[in-house]
Amino acid sequence: MTDTSQSHESQEDTVVFHVHGVTKIYQMGEVQVHALRGVDLDLYGGEFAVLLGASGSGKSTLLNILGGLDTPTDGHVLYGNRDLTRATSNELTEYRRYHVGFVFQFYNLIPSLTARENVAVVTEIAKNPMQPDEALKLVGLDERMDHFPAQMSGGEQQRVAIARAISKNPDVLLCDEPTGALDSETGIVVLEALQRVNRELGTTTTVITHNAGIAQMADRVISMSDGRITEIRANETKLEPQELSW
Amino acid sequence: MQAMAIAMVIVSGVSIYIMSLSTLDSLYETRENYYRNHHFAHVFTSLKRAPLSLARRVEAMPGVDKVETRVIAYVNLDVAGFSDPVSGHLLSLPDNSRGLLNQIVLRSGRLPEPGRDNEVLLSEEFAKAHHLQAGDKLRATINGRRKTLTVVGHALSPEYIYQIAPGAMFPDYLRYGVMWMARKPLASAYDMDGAFNDVTLTLTRDGNAQDVIDQLDDLLKPYGGIGAYARKDQLSNRFLSEELKQQKTIATVFPVIFFGVAAFLLNVVISRLVSLEREQIASLKAFGYSDFAVGLHYAKLVVMIVSIGILGGLGAGIWMGKGMSSIYMDFYSLPFMLYTLKPRVIISAAVISIGVAILGTLYAVHGAAKLPPAQAMRPELPPGYRATLIERLGLQRWFSQPTRMILRHIERQPVKSLLTTLGISMACSIMMIGGFQKGAIDYMVEVQYSMSQREDIAANYTEPTALRSLYSLRSLPGVDHVEGFRDVPARLQFEHRYYRTAVRGIESGGTLRRLLDTNLNRIELPENGVILTDYLAELLRIKPGDMLTIEVLEGSRPTVQVPVVGTAKEYLGVNAYMQREALNRLLGEGDAISGALLDVDPQYQREVYTELKGMPRIAGVVEQRSAIDSFYETMNETILFFSFITTLLGASISFGVVYNSMRISLSERNRELASLRVLGFHRSEVAYILLGELALLTLVAIPIGLLIGYGLCGYLAFKFDSDLYRIPLVLGMKVYAFAALVVIVSSIISAIMIWRNLAHLDMVAVLKSKE
Repeated sequence: MTDTSQSHESQEDTVVFHVHGVTKIYQMGEVQVHALRGVDLDLYGGEFAVLLGASGSGKSTLLNILGGLDTPTDGHVLYGNRDLTRATSNELTEYRRYHVGFVFQFYNLIPSLTARENVAVVTEIAKNPMQPDEALKLVGLDERMDHFPAQMSGGEQQRVAIARAISKNPDVLLCDEPTGALDSETGIVVLEALQRVNRELGTTTTVITHNAGIAQMADRVISMSDGRITEIRANETKLEPQELSW
Repeated sequence: MQAMAIAMVIVSGVSIYIMSLSTLDSLYETRENYYRNHHFAHVFTSLKRAPLSLARRVEAMPGVDKVETRVIAYVNLDVAGFSDPVSGHLLSLPDNSRGLLNQIVLRSGRLPEPGRDNEVLLSEEFAKAHHLQAGDKLRATINGRRKTLTVVGHALSPEYIYQIAPGAMFPDYLRYGVMWMARKPLASAYDMDGAFNDVTLTLTRDGNAQDVIDQLDDLLKPYGGIGAYARKDQLSNRFLSEELKQQKTIATVFPVIFFGVAAFLLNVVISRLVSLEREQIASLKAFGYSDFAVGLHYAKLVVMIVSIGILGGLGAGIWMGKGMSSIYMDFYSLPFMLYTLKPRVIISAAVISIGVAILGTLYAVHGAAKLPPAQAMRPELPPGYRATLIERLGLQRWFSQPTRMILRHIERQPVKSLLTTLGISMACSIMMIGGFQKGAIDYMVEVQYSMSQREDIAANYTEPTALRSLYSLRSLPGVDHVEGFRDVPARLQFEHRYYRTAVRGIESGGTLRRLLDTNLNRIELPENGVILTDYLAELLRIKPGDMLTIEVLEGSRPTVQVPVVGTAKEYLGVNAYMQREALNRLLGEGDAISGALLDVDPQYQREVYTELKGMPRIAGVVEQRSAIDSFYETMNETILFFSFITTLLGASISFGVVYNSMRISLSERNRELASLRVLGFHRSEVAYILLGELALLTLVAIPIGLLIGYGLCGYLAFKFDSDLYRIPLVLGMKVYAFAALVVIVSSIISAIMIWRNLAHLDMVAVLKSKE
């Protein structure tokens, strides 16, 4: 694995992920579903990328493969100079544990743990984590640390999830429809938190969404359709989250 | 899959229930039928000798239906190739008949030819134990004369279902047998031509056993009658009744526990099934179905599944019940088994299963249906948790997050956690019963035979004999010590309560028979007065200081008043003890003894035994060691089988409870655990959260289970108490350790299976699913 300390001052031109010729075929009963049909993509250190596409475009499948949750049917995914497609399930677990932060559409917090404990559950097993309180402050939740998920709004829960994801000082932050379950006002607060992490910690961030509005805050927008990348576009002028509308 | 799980739970619960209760009913039914069809007598008595003409006077008594007189002799036997003492009862059979009463069942061969003095039918168990077939020979000492007898067949009798030697506490098929011979030659051998020494009779429909017994005792007194007794006091029937009573307790306790656990699992599984269907329930409600209609739908579904389970359980239960019944048929030497399945057993099994299932369903449906449809279709809100009590006590900082998850999850579902714990506890306690039985028997044998009855050989005389006869025994080589004893049959009475037993006169200061108090310390017999077995004192509700009425049933039959001076702890039988000299005085006789107790050098035991057997005055010889050994031989199989059953039951209950609760926990917390896997937790770390909870519950359950087990064993010991034996509540460390071990092992097995399930947590699905 790459040296974790390096990722903090990652350069714009370092390739973090090199995706080459990746296909993914699911067997759904008697039907074969081609989720990815030959994807080539490089993701750079410190960038904020948005994977944009309708549902079924293959963006989630790609994110899962990047996150070490799934393996491609064909092709290669290099993380730094390490081939994720050849990793054992144990190596993938270690990869997720030390290098990747995840944010899910439905937060996936542990209901029996408070906000602080939900963060601590990750920092306890990480190599070079920040303090849970620090991570929660970053997402503006310093007042709600001892609340259980059931006592928090959706936006707050999602911000706990972000705090949990960044608290281990991951090399990459992978977010799957992080605002998908939120109203726009709350969504913006969550996006602000993501942007802040990306800017202040320099964490490579990839957000997948079907919401074109969000794409306007990204460094690069990668559009997908039908299992292929249809367009990669760098944003000339990035918008701040509060300027977004959807 | 869930439906399958529900059906399986029902099948196991119902089948055990049906098996136990139908087996029990079958045993009772079979016994009744056997007794009725083979005219098992209602009243029994023996006497010295009476002319046949007296039988007509017995028949003429009001309440008496049929009367049969017999000649019965107690004989010593010699079986080729078997050197231990063997004794037996020789019963007369009318010519060419299976008897009028207590009719025998001819299992093989033929009846003895009338007039043949060397042909006998053997009881099947005895013949089997010695592999004696028709045509084989054995030697008997009949009235002092040695005679070779030829086996002509095997038979069973309702009188000897439980074939036990007089004075013995357990059947020993190698050392005691029952034989039937033609009447004429047997009567001739014992000088009973035209006479009898045994009467049995049946009662008319309105006949009163006690009235008949009283009249019979009066009639037979001059002929040496030793007191008649009713069927309920007949040895074989009494043992059988006690055994059936025990079976009844066990057949009630086990299925109740098992069914209780099955009901709990059923409830858990159904609640889970319904809560998984939360969205469908919301959709149905959105379409306009009422809560009642939704509930009814699920109730119907569950009743359908449960019905399949009940049918399956019924089938399995009948199959197992028939198997069990045939095991019992062999065990109790019954000639046939009437398998009986009473409708109320089936109905109660069905009602309980369906009732529990419907309750579980309605509860779960109510939970799902009370939400407005729109809300129900959204993901379930995160369940509310809070820090647990022990965390709030300040221990929190010592717990890692996964440990906190375990504690909070247990506390959040207190009822479920409690029931799971209770289920595991019950499993643990059931397993203690098997070990308890073995330990208790060991303890009883230890107390009875090492501390109380310490002789190596006991010899019974044919009739009371002078004390000086002991000299000849003392002079036998290898005999270290000899004590005489005097036994007389007697009826003991206090107020209106009475009991028939023997008053035993033992040597004061003797070493071979000792009376023990509750702390197993030796009690000295006082010069006057009687000491009773504690259980007998309780039966008569008599205490030291009270006067006991002893009606001797032998010789001149005096009735005397004797003060009770104490009670003795005895686990087997009930007796009254006096100093031998005091008893002799009471009977108005000189220094007479009924038999001798011998302490023998082990090397000479065989020789001494052979010597004794050759003495015409000696009717029977009992070798202590071989009696105990043979008891263990017979019991071991039964105990092993019983331990096997309890272990199997306990293990399957604990496995069923642990595995099912974990399986459901896994399905409820699938999302949470998969999320942790996504966050980089290893399978072992995720397993800790799930299995840690199981381990914690198991560890809490074990001591509770051991406590319940102690109580359960105490309850059984209490229920099993009878005048035949009292079971001491002795539980060794091994019993506790074994029960705990089996629970731990079956939990580990469930844990291994859950561990394999954890490999299939779907991390991809969890990112997208709302629950």
